[in-house]
Amino acid sequence: MLSRRNPQLNAHGELIHLLSIEGLPRDVLVHILDTAGTFLSVNDREVKKVPLLRGKSVFNLFFENSTRTRTTFEIAAKRLSADVINLDIARSSTAKGETLLDTIANLSAMHADMFVVRHSESGAPHLIARHCAPHVHVVNAGDGRHAHPTQGLLDMYAIRHYKRDFSQLTVAIVGDIVHSRVARSDIHALTTLGVPEVRVVGPRTLVPGDLRAMGVRVCHDMAEGMQGADVIIMLRLQNERMSGAMLPSAAEFAKTFGLTPDKLALARPDAIVMHPGPINRGVEIDSSVADGQASVILPQVTFGIAVRMAVMSIIAGNEA
Amino acid sequence: MSTLRLDAEALYGELLAGVRSLLRPDMALVGIWSGGAWLAERLHADLQRPGQPGVITSALHRDDYSARGLAASADATRLPFAIDGARILLIDDVLFTGRTVRAVINELYDFGRPHSVDLAVLVDRGGRELPIQASFAAAKVVLPATQRLTLARESDGRFAFSLKDKS
Repeated sequence: MLSRRNPQLNAHGELIHLLSIEGLPRDVLVHILDTAGTFLSVNDREVKKVPLLRGKSVFNLFFENSTRTRTTFEIAAKRLSADVINLDIARSSTAKGETLLDTIANLSAMHADMFVVRHSESGAPHLIARHCAPHVHVVNAGDGRHAHPTQGLLDMYAIRHYKRDFSQLTVAIVGDIVHSRVARSDIHALTTLGVPEVRVVGPRTLVPGDLRAMGVRVCHDMAEGMQGADVIIMLRLQNERMSGAMLPSAAEFAKTFGLTPDKLALARPDAIVMHPGPINRGVEIDSSVADGQASVILPQVTFGIAVRMAVMSIIAGNEA
Repeated sequence: MSTLRLDAEALYGELLAGVRSLLRPDMALVGIWSGGAWLAERLHADLQRPGQPGVITSALHRDDYSARGLAASADATRLPFAIDGARILLIDDVLFTGRTVRAVINELYDFGRPHSVDLAVLVDRGGRELPIQASFAAAKVVLPATQRLTLARESDGRFAFSLKDKS
């Protein structure tokens, strides 16, 4: 039975699906980060594989495009010894009109043990978790504008790796906050882990004032947002936002909110710069910053594998 | 609690003597997390061995993962020497079914191919479910499967056993 309060947790409070960071207790997040540390060290072994998911089938269901997330989930599942099946959804039955739940029922009949789901509709992984068999686990790999919990967790892993402790930090998230599932997951994770100041920085159209309800400080001025920051998370400016009335132009955004060395200089000298990728060089981030000393963008990708191994091994070990 | 009394400190003295006779100069001590790691640490100091002893966990190779989930000790393995070609002496507090030792040997092989692997334990409590045996056991007792024998390390570093009924 799924718990009525939080469908991600079983009756013992253990994680059985990862759908969203919202509502997860701090100790669950810390357990995932600690476990990810274990899996990072698996890379140093002669045998870079552990048998925890041996005999299990992980289905990657990406209804929306992704290279990095899908690949790192695939690597993570393979390092755990799972069999990984990547479904090319665009060419599959969904394109022929099959409903999401019928697709899931069919894949379950193929003995799926875990679904890793990316979908343009917010709540799709939730729907799958509610309707799949009790032994099947679901990981949200990004749904609509709602959540991207493994990105949020790998961001937390990177922050803890470089900053050790969350309790003294100022974290600035810059860009299109309102449409960003990464920003939402980051904000929930940062506040749960006790970061005292989370700032969201960007123009009023992309960073509305009502975001304050999430416990963040809203900054429409880049200098104010950067001042004294320990961690800067830049978000990708999605090209599709340009077509609407959200922004005058990419060049205008780059001038005001793009992270350049002079804006970075306002942050703390030991500040780190993060980005979930793919980066738009010269738009939200200057090349010299993306490739500079403060950038931890590539380590984030490596941490992503370990964090996804942690999530999959934890949920697969817990029963509904 | 049972009436059986196991004096962990006295048994440690036996283990020290047993390990001293087993140990060759080119052997490396590796303690099984957590009780075995405490023992290996103390043996390493008492035998005035150079470097650091290894620590190993069974967490990533346990056969009861699907029933019990991932153990908290999953990141405990620290092997500060090359495993390829090494002679390894595993140390544990209690040898019971043999399943932990089986998992630990798999873990060891993830780091290389050792020349040989031996095992010395404080207590062999019987009840083996796999063909695994210790080269040295400071004590051999037979305990019912319903009881759990656990080693604890006191704040002053001394060892003590507790025997409880499994809940």
